[in-house]
Amino acid sequence: MDWIPAIFRRRKIYSDLSEEIRLHIEERTEQLVREGMSPKEAAREARLAFGNPALLEERSREVWQWPTLESIASDVRFALRQLRRSPGFTTAAVLTLTLAIGANAVVFGLMEGMVLRPLNVPQSESLYGTHYGDNPTWQSYPNYIDLRDRNRSFEDLAAFNMVLGVGFDTGRNPIAANGFAASGNYFDVLRIHPYLGRLFHASDEHGPNSAPYVVLTYAYWHTRFNDDPGVVGRSVQLDKHPFTVIGVAPPEFQGTIMFIAPDFFMPIVNEEQMGVPSLNTRATEHSVFESLGHLKPGVTPAQAVADVGAVSMYLERTYPREIIHHGTALSREGLTSFGPAVRAFVAGLMVLSGLILLAACANLGSLFAARAADRSREVALRLALGSSRKRILRGLLTEALLISLAGGSAGLLISFLLLRKMSVWQPIPAVPLHLPVTPDATLYVVALGLALFSGFLFGIVPIRQILNANPYEIVKAGPSARTGRRLTIRDVLLVAQIAICAVLVTSSLVAVRGLVRSLHSKFGFNPRETMTAGVDLAAAGYSADKAPAMQRRMIDAIGTILGVDSVGLVNGYPPLVYTAGNRADVYKEETSDLRPPNAAAMPFRYEVSPAYFSAAGTTLLAGRTFSWQDDKNAPAVAIINRDFAATMFGSVTGAIGRNYKLQDGTRVQVVGVVEDGKYMSLTESQQPAMFLPFLQSPASPAYLVVRSRRDPQQLATAIRSKVHEMDAGLPVDTQSWTQMLEVVLFPARVATMALGVLGLMGAMLSITGIFGMAAYSVSKRIRELGIRMALGAPRKEVLQAALGRPFKLLAIGSAAGLAMGLLATRVLAFIVYQATPRDPFVLAGVVVAMALLGLLATWIPAQRALSVNPLILLRED
Amino acid sequence: MTESHARDLFPGALEMMILESLRRQPAHGYALVQHIQQRSNNLLQVEEGSLYPALQRLLKAKLVKAEWGVSSTNRRVRTYQITKAGLSHLEQQISSFERMFEGISLVLNPGSATTS
Repeated sequence: MDWIPAIFRRRKIYSDLSEEIRLHIEERTEQLVREGMSPKEAAREARLAFGNPALLEERSREVWQWPTLESIASDVRFALRQLRRSPGFTTAAVLTLTLAIGANAVVFGLMEGMVLRPLNVPQSESLYGTHYGDNPTWQSYPNYIDLRDRNRSFEDLAAFNMVLGVGFDTGRNPIAANGFAASGNYFDVLRIHPYLGRLFHASDEHGPNSAPYVVLTYAYWHTRFNDDPGVVGRSVQLDKHPFTVIGVAPPEFQGTIMFIAPDFFMPIVNEEQMGVPSLNTRATEHSVFESLGHLKPGVTPAQAVADVGAVSMYLERTYPREIIHHGTALSREGLTSFGPAVRAFVAGLMVLSGLILLAACANLGSLFAARAADRSREVALRLALGSSRKRILRGLLTEALLISLAGGSAGLLISFLLLRKMSVWQPIPAVPLHLPVTPDATLYVVALGLALFSGFLFGIVPIRQILNANPYEIVKAGPSARTGRRLTIRDVLLVAQIAICAVLVTSSLVAVRGLVRSLHSKFGFNPRETMTAGVDLAAAGYSADKAPAMQRRMIDAIGTILGVDSVGLVNGYPPLVYTAGNRADVYKEETSDLRPPNAAAMPFRYEVSPAYFSAAGTTLLAGRTFSWQDDKNAPAVAIINRDFAATMFGSVTGAIGRNYKLQDGTRVQVVGVVEDGKYMSLTESQQPAMFLPFLQSPASPAYLVVRSRRDPQQLATAIRSKVHEMDAGLPVDTQSWTQMLEVVLFPARVATMALGVLGLMGAMLSITGIFGMAAYSVSKRIRELGIRMALGAPRKEVLQAALGRPFKLLAIGSAAGLAMGLLATRVLAFIVYQATPRDPFVLAGVVVAMALLGLLATWIPAQRALSVNPLILLRED
Repeated sequence: MTESHARDLFPGALEMMILESLRRQPAHGYALVQHIQQRSNNLLQVEEGSLYPALQRLLKAKLVKAEWGVSSTNRRVRTYQITKAGLSHLEQQISSFERMFEGISLVLNPGSATTS
């Protein structure tokens, strides 16, 4: 087509034309003047003779305009009229598409936000981070410094750590806040500029605790400081240490971990003040969460991995006691260790929402095919009257296009609202969760593209039907002449659609079932009727040697609250809280070379108070629990779980009285064995765990575990006031253990919710599909049904004649879908704990659900079939 | 599509006359009008402006081409020239017009039928 240059040529054509007309009138005028008219009269006469110049010019221009524009408009008008005439079809089609496009746009938005564009920072595509997880090589500050200075792959390397539950005091009230302790170059590496004041830089760091500066996130500045621009320069206290607010980060910057939005940033050189192990300790995993930086131009991730690996080998040689190199990996910054799980989850969602789209297309395809069959008489008439097939097809495609545009826009609108909701969603009160999903132009393009694509896909379904239509035959015999028994494209589409929907229903049932089971699974403790109270004594200025005494006083004081059965204490987090847990290497008693490769096991390590097990509801299988006599002066003892006992000592009873060694060489004696449990996540395989008396290894951040049947609200208030009585400056964070479990259950919850919604959509789609099919088959055969009724056929037989076929298709589709669904849900087992497809409940559930859907969808057509009045019907035609 | 313009003429008549005039000699819009009116002994009273949409149609169909220049009377004019395609189109039109005209006159004057 040469329409592109035509656009530019056209302007020239138009100006030539105007000029020509002007000259024409001018020449005429001169001619008339020469013939003796006055100039005024002549001008008037010339214009009269010419006609209406504006109109004529317009008409001349029209010659060059596209005739298609006008005919498209008329096509659209015609299609709209056609669609208005069948509101049922139009509504069903648009709704189906709305669902499908909405689901796909939401999933695409999630994928874009979490996988494609994980961090909202400039040039995030070249930003890489070192892995966190079972690869602790780089997770100490000295190692980070070595890596930063020795690598040749990164432009510069920054590091950050999370400091959670920091007492953030603006003068009157310490409130627990979550922050990032970041290296001085953090903001410069990320190319972030301040919204207000300044950010900290490498030049601010002068050794440990040298940079008492705080940068607030925009959100925290907004909520805690009410957008007060005077906040810059203000003094605040973090865990009782004086800091100065120096600036506010820009609104779009929410840290460098997906899902978690911090409240503030502070220099990592000061993180010791927040209770993090000394900056100079090399043998720790706790002083750096992750290091990250932009790769130099031209450096590939593979080269960077090799480079970082080489540095780590060097460090391992240099510090053999402190470092063991597990391997090197780089990841796109942001998702950290969640990466694989999130990607798998999003990929799963993509597949399922793709299925929704397919089902919707099949649904629309059969709707359109039915409609085309219904209209075959009209089409035949038009063909007979001389309309071209092209014209008719154009009309059909225009209808398809209009429906896809309407459905697409509606779906997009819904997904837009949903994504907006998700991005401000705070499902877990205590965790600064943040889903970085913001709908953008790509999303719109993708959604509309999908809508148009599926529009054409289902729009062309009836084309063959129309191209092959023989107007003579159809007009002569009527459209119902070919209601044969043979398999039509509609049947195939319906079976496919039902199968897909059954897959969705199956997977959502499997997920729901899995979630229900995981809520009732054995945690190794009983979270019901248990309140937790997080108390960080270091944050309130207690030194390490004074803390245990204060902790014991708190245990005793809370024990006096009415209705409290028992009070225990655990250092750090209780099991299954915030997916956090400490693991430590342990060695057999006879091992003398205590280096990580020689470790016998790596159990979770908890330090607990004597009454912890009764407060947590953990069953003691053998031996004894701790007493207050198990303190610094007593021999080192431990209680281990069944798994630990079995792997290390062979049996539960055989473990009592035996010894093993900790990393620091301490020999501990096993005095008790408790039941197995879950420690980090619900999906973990059985892990070993050991419990040590907290008096023998004191630490300051701790959780009190309070078992009581009292109303949680009252209990929490009572606990807070008791602690307040003892020390008014001590922040207490009370939550029920069940509440705390929200975090570990969160992925399963989200997965279940997503699958539930998708399953529901699948169910709705199959309802519309079956309904469409049943309604169509009833209306096709309504005359036959009427005659049968008139001749006295029983209702059952009429129903069978009308709805037998849709039900047969439903059964075939459901069976196929169920089989596929069971295969597919194996994938689910990775996300949803105990999701097993071999579950009679699920099998029965799917069968019942599909049968119910079938009944629901065929109800109205069945009523219609039964209420046929033969007399009226036979008179009609 | 586009509506009929010269309402006193049948569709295509104006185009045919323009092409015929241009076949004799290239001309600009004003001269064309003069020419057509003179040749028809002023029997055809055409709105002068109605020439222009017809000219644009011919231009678009590449039956004529136009060029800016200076006329013998030293005016700036846009001169139209018939193209090869225009010539063959004109011949075709004239022959079909003649057949139609013959048919019409046979119907209107059955008595004075020609002997041919």
